[in-house]
Formats: sequence, structure tokens, C-alpha cells
Amino acid sequence: MTNPTTTLPEDDILAQALNWKKDGRKVALATVISTWGSAPRPAGSQLAIDETGQMAGSVSGGCVEGAVIQEALEIIKSGAPKTLEFGVSNDEAWEVGLACGGKINVFVEKLD
Amino acid sequence: MKTALLEELQQARTEKRQVVLATNLKSGDQKLLYPFETEYSSDLSEAARNALRSDKPATFEAEDGPVFLNIFNPPLRLFIVGAVHIAQALVPMAAAADYEVTVIDPRRSFGSSFRFPNVTLDNRWPDEAFESLSPDRRSAIVTLTHDAKLDDPALQFALKSDAFYIGALGSGRTHAKRQQRLISAGFTETDFSRIHGPIGLDIGAKSPAEIAISIMAEIIAVLRRKEVK
Repeated sequence: MTNPTTTLPEDDILAQALNWKKDGRKVALATVISTWGSAPRPAGSQLAIDETGQMAGSVSGGCVEGAVIQEALEIIKSGAPKTLEFGVSNDEAWEVGLACGGKINVFVEKLD
Repeated sequence: MKTALLEELQQARTEKRQVVLATNLKSGDQKLLYPFETEYSSDLSEAARNALRSDKPATFEAEDGPVFLNIFNPPLRLFIVGAVHIAQALVPMAAAADYEVTVIDPRRSFGSSFRFPNVTLDNRWPDEAFESLSPDRRSAIVTLTHDAKLDDPALQFALKSDAFYIGALGSGRTHAKRQQRLISAGFTETDFSRIHGPIGLDIGAKSPAEIAISIMAEIIAVLRRKEVK
């Protein structure tokens, strides 16, 4: 009989982050903390990023991941967490393309 | 985030504990909360409880800045005791609603993978199966066998668990007899009132599939609302 009490899903993002960290890589975590309008991913969604820019998970289904990775690489260096804002009211967001018209805030932190 | 904290979080998730990661968005300070494992109550722990209950992360306004409460709930599980016709209809509905489903029936001609493809089957007696499957606050338990030899041990175990939903198939008369048996087995009226019986929302269901729909609807109502009768 299978024992269901000891497993997490294979695509678990936090497990991936922990594995990278144990491999000796530098890692950042990004988490959607709030959304307005038709944001593609709900609050709580997470993205793990390693120092080479490799990622697991998603915070927007592809719209702003590029910009989040850029910031994450900075935060890996500085160590200081930061909240990023993407949305219609933010011109930069249009450049990186949150085309759905929603707004999201993403908290990015280094895994120490 | 500290690696040690992440390891603790992963361990808690593996153990199917309900855990909240609280992050102060100004300072970056973090801690893990297990609000259902303590009697201690504060505005923060109450907010964490609500976030877990509603299955939605939340932001709590603390004195030293906003605190993001990310929730980690174990998966929803449904245990069906009795591999009967209604169970055949209920399994795919529950799976579609994102429940991990286990069908428990020691009678192998009922609980066969021919009748139940694509679902975890457990051929142990219900109380023995529950011992190792450990139903928790995110579990629903449904008994469908019509046979007290199978249903009663399952219900006795269910009443000692934190399962958020317990339902038993059977008419009002059957349910009244069940009540007498469980009371003489030492359970109180309050214990017994946790059992939804006759099972399912009253939608006039007749066929096995319709009864399965009424059961699934009642489970959802109990989970998402606070109290349904």
C-alpha cells in the first residue's frame, strides 16, 4: 500500500530551490503577494531562480518572469529583499508585457 | 529566507501539517506559524487560521509593517468506505475537485481495480486502513456500505479524527439505529452530530450519480462555508 504521508509533488518549487541551494548555488525566491484585476497567477504563487537565471515555477505565466529574474539576480548579490510592482499603471510593466491588464506585486528574497 | 526555515517548512508540508509562512514585507523577517496546533490566540494567529481555512494567502497589517501570510495546506483527501455503485460515480467527481481519493473496502469483489481504475484502493478493514492513512483536518470521510460491520468501525475512527466532513449513507431510520449503536459504544450526542446523515444535500437525488453529486456538494459546502445542515 502506498504511504501518502511522506511525499510532496514532484514539481514542488520549494523543493527545487532547496536542491539548488544544496548544490552550492545561490538562489532567490519570488512570491506573488497581491493581485488586482485579471492577474494570471494568484497570490502565493512562487518562482525559484538560481544564480545562472534558471527558473522553476511562475509568478505570472510568462509575462513578467524576465524582469523578475533580472531583479532576483541583483537581490542574490545584495541580499536585501524587495517588493516589485507590475501593472497597468506602471510603464515598465507594459514594456515587459503584463498584457492581461492586471496588476501584481511580487516579493523577491534571497535564500540565505 | 533562511535555508533552515525553508527546510522546516518542507518538513512540515511532508508531515501534512497546516503551516503558514509569515513574511514582514518591510524587514524581510520570517517565521512559521502552526495556528491550529496551539490554543494561543492573537490577531496574527487568527488571520493565519482564516487564511488556512479559506485556502487563500492574506496580508496582515502589523505595527511594524505588512506581513504576508503564505499558506501551505495539505492536499484535500476523500476516503470512501464501500466500493459500491455510488462510489464509482463519486470518485471522478472528487478527483475533478482536486481531492486525493482512496476507496476502502475489504471485500475484494467490490474493491477491485476492474471496478475502480485510476484510484487508490485499500482492501484493509476501515479502522486498520485509517490507522495508517491518518485522516486530518483536510480530509472528508464517507461511508456507503449499508453494512454496520464495515461502516461502524469507520465512523468510530472518523469521530476520533479531525476530519472536516463525515457522512454516512442510509435512511433516517438507519441513521437513528446507527446513533443508538455509537452512543452505546461510548460516543456522545455531540460526537454523533458531526455525522451528516442521511448523507448529501437534499436535492431529491435518486440515481447513484445524483446521490454522488449531492454528497460532493455537501462536502464542498461544509469546507467552504462554516456550517451546513
